[in-house]
Amino acid sequence: MSIEHLILRVVIKIMFAPILLFALYVQFHGDFGPGGGFQAGVIFAVAFILHALIMGLDETKRVLPVGALKVLMVAGFLFYAGTGVATMLLGGNLLGYDAIDPASTHHAGQHYGILLVEFGVGMAVSSTMVMIFYQFAGREPEIRDEDW
Amino acid sequence: MMEAGLSNASILIDLSLLTMLVIVAFVMVRSRHLFVIVLLSGIYSLLSAAFFVSLDAVDVAFTEASVGAGVSTVLMLGAMLLTVRREKPTRTGRTPIAIVVVTLVGSALIYATFDMPAYGDGASPANSYMGEVYIDRTAKEIAVPNIVTAVLASYRGFDTLGETMVIFTAGLGVILLLGAGSVRGGKAVKDVKEEGQE
Repeated sequence: MSIEHLILRVVIKIMFAPILLFALYVQFHGDFGPGGGFQAGVIFAVAFILHALIMGLDETKRVLPVGALKVLMVAGFLFYAGTGVATMLLGGNLLGYDAIDPASTHHAGQHYGILLVEFGVGMAVSSTMVMIFYQFAGREPEIRDEDW
Repeated sequence: MMEAGLSNASILIDLSLLTMLVIVAFVMVRSRHLFVIVLLSGIYSLLSAAFFVSLDAVDVAFTEASVGAGVSTVLMLGAMLLTVRREKPTRTGRTPIAIVVVTLVGSALIYATFDMPAYGDGASPANSYMGEVYIDRTAKEIAVPNIVTAVLASYRGFDTLGETMVIFTAGLGVILLLGAGSVRGGKAVKDVKEEGQE
């Protein structure tokens, strides 16, 4: 039995976890360095897109089914909006994060708020990117080598 | 002496990056092979990301590298699979009106650059009003080291909420256009291809 694209398969298996880890770093380090939810979401999605490109769409769909992506897309946006509503319920303005921790002298509420909304952005962006890729790639079940 | 050497080197880097951008753009215009064009657009994004780094706009560079060079290249390749591999040859008759319009617009754009503030000018509009306010206030009001994040997620949190909505809507649009069937868990919709088509 021969395995197609053996080198690429080995490379993506090695790279998959570090890419996800880097995405998480960019996600949660965005208020200290460059990056944030948008970039992290895209990097997170890229890991799955690379997996799908090399292992085939069906293999990736077993890990990350379309149904889960559907939920994540909505959940990410609602998480962001929900943070805004939560700050309103806490007595502040929409997305006025200081209401999360009003007693803090160093604006801890802003840190929490930024982390929360960036998490929502990351969730929405990564699931949307993978979803768009699924939709494009899912139309042609087999990508023949001579197509490239 | 050291300062001058550094600024010379940075001018050299900027110039070579911009030259490569122009070359890539011209090759993209001339090429008819869609695969080549998609790859070149990835290279174009990567070059502009490098240029943004040299302008100290690391957040923008990061986005350009991951979105422009990474995901959109893959998505364009995916879209390319659904169509033919070569652009249809267009009639390349030269019309004099085109060159006149291009020359006029080009010279108007170059004329407009004379009014632009010098690169790195501290008194330029971008650096004086809101930019200055954000730089002054972020340390006091948000206490986050990265001012870009403070502006994006806190000062303009409502804008970013809208942007997230835009991304979500884009995804929704693609689902609706390309494959509602597969979302419901059914089989992917197959195109009925005409005879003789690639």
